[in-house]
Amino acid sequence: MNVLLDNLALFREGFLGTLWLTIVSALLAVVLGLVIAGFRVSPVPPLRIFGTLWVNVLRNTPLTLLFLVAFFVVPKVLFPGINSFVLAVCACGFYTSSFVAEAVRSGINTVPMGQAEAARAIGMTFTQTMRIVVLPQATRTVVPPLSSIFIALTKNTAIAGAFDNVDLFNVSKTLSNDGYDIAVIFIWITLGYLVITYAINGLFRLLENRLEVAR
Amino acid sequence: MSEVSVTKDAGGPESATDKLVVLDNINKHFGALHVLQDIDLTIARGEVVVVIGPSGSGKSTLCRTINRLETVDSGSITIDGRPLPAEGKELAKHRADVGMVFQSFNLFAHKTVLENVTLGQIKVRKADKQAAEEKARALLDRVGVGNQADKYPAQLSGGQQQRVAIARALAMDPKVMLFDEPTSALDPEMINEVLEVMQQLARDGMTMVVVTHEMGFARSAANRVVFMADGRIVEEATPEQFFSNPRSDRAKDFLSKILHH
Ligand SMILES: Nc1ncnc2c1ncn2[C@@H]1O[C@H](COP(=O)(O)OP(=O)(O)O)[C@@H](O)[C@H]1O
Ligand SMILES: [Mg+2]
Repeated sequence: MNVLLDNLALFREGFLGTLWLTIVSALLAVVLGLVIAGFRVSPVPPLRIFGTLWVNVLRNTPLTLLFLVAFFVVPKVLFPGINSFVLAVCACGFYTSSFVAEAVRSGINTVPMGQAEAARAIGMTFTQTMRIVVLPQATRTVVPPLSSIFIALTKNTAIAGAFDNVDLFNVSKTLSNDGYDIAVIFIWITLGYLVITYAINGLFRLLENRLEVAR
Repeated sequence: MSEVSVTKDAGGPESATDKLVVLDNINKHFGALHVLQDIDLTIARGEVVVVIGPSGSGKSTLCRTINRLETVDSGSITIDGRPLPAEGKELAKHRADVGMVFQSFNLFAHKTVLENVTLGQIKVRKADKQAAEEKARALLDRVGVGNQADKYPAQLSGGQQQRVAIARALAMDPKVMLFDEPTSALDPEMINEVLEVMQQLARDGMTMVVVTHEMGFARSAANRVVFMADGRIVEEATPEQFFSNPRSDRAKDFLSKILHH
């Protein structure tokens, strides 16, 4: 019997599960990461403090612990009956946002101070200054580290598979319980992850070339 | 109601609008360093004030406090009768009225020359693109770099970049222009092309605060020279008075140093 052919539908579901977890978490992480990086360089002290706390707490907490909090504390205390995909995306997205925020902040720091000052001097608000002048010039330093951050995220979503989400990791558990050869299962599962991480790799290579050509 | 308008017309406007920038008892520290000490400075509409003084005396900081790139510890800053707001959108709006030209130009590196001059008009003044570009091209012509509009800042000489920076500031229709050592980063042969643009601006009646050691400019364009040392305004005089007959020892000492070069 062939693990892959016998369970094609299940593998497909697992692959799409991992893909979706990765994409949605990545989007959340980018949005949050940009906001938090903005907080960290903002002129408003409470925002700076919040940003620093966010990054330090999330970056230094084991992701598994975040999942435990998300799945055992959050539904009890805050949102009973919340669905497990949303919880997993929040755990992965929040966690990854701290890395994105750091990448963005170090990118911002490579843009000379004078650029932001000139923008403020012609009357741009803080958000305009960031959006129109600073971030576009930071992009080239921010994009390369993002690629490794998202590859790490892809692998991290496996934890969601242990928490009631159907993804590649979860499928491997199901199939080994069904008695299939674990080594063969792992080859196919690994291949699934590789497809996604290679796609991310290629996507960012493309993006970096684009940015290179742009100037 | 008629009474109110009568009093307004009678006493108010002349004296109120005459003073465009008023600094009242400004103090500022950088940590332990008392960088601005009891600064009182009033700049009239259309006046050109040259600020001069040794390095580290607080000239840049003074300039930067006027459009609130630096906060102050105490004292008040009023521009055109309105005190500078603390932070946020109001402050941004206020800054748009104060043009600033930096020593290091600070043109937006990722934007073309034309975009550098249209950006503020479009994003801050909410002008439409067409009108902004027309105005930008006229300003670029005025400062003599009209034919460079589609280049990026890095492709221009320092003198050209600084003239673009002046055009960028002028595009906001500022009430007052601040220049912080606008020619200090330039090669000698480019200094004059920038000074000429500034001189023309002064002749056109722009209110200007200029930190510079270019005495030729001070003599020909300034109404007043303000001499700063150690965070204080030590002396204020007309250019002729100041350069030929300084009163304070600090100024005499400083002038003897820069004149002997
Ligand atoms: N952001 C800052 N933080 C700490 N010290 C500063 C800062 N900016 C300027 N200073 C100090 O304040 C003093 C005045 O600086 P500045 O206004 O630039 O003088 P000037 O323009 O007359 O040379 C200097 O001693 C300088 O080192
Ligand atoms: Mg200076």
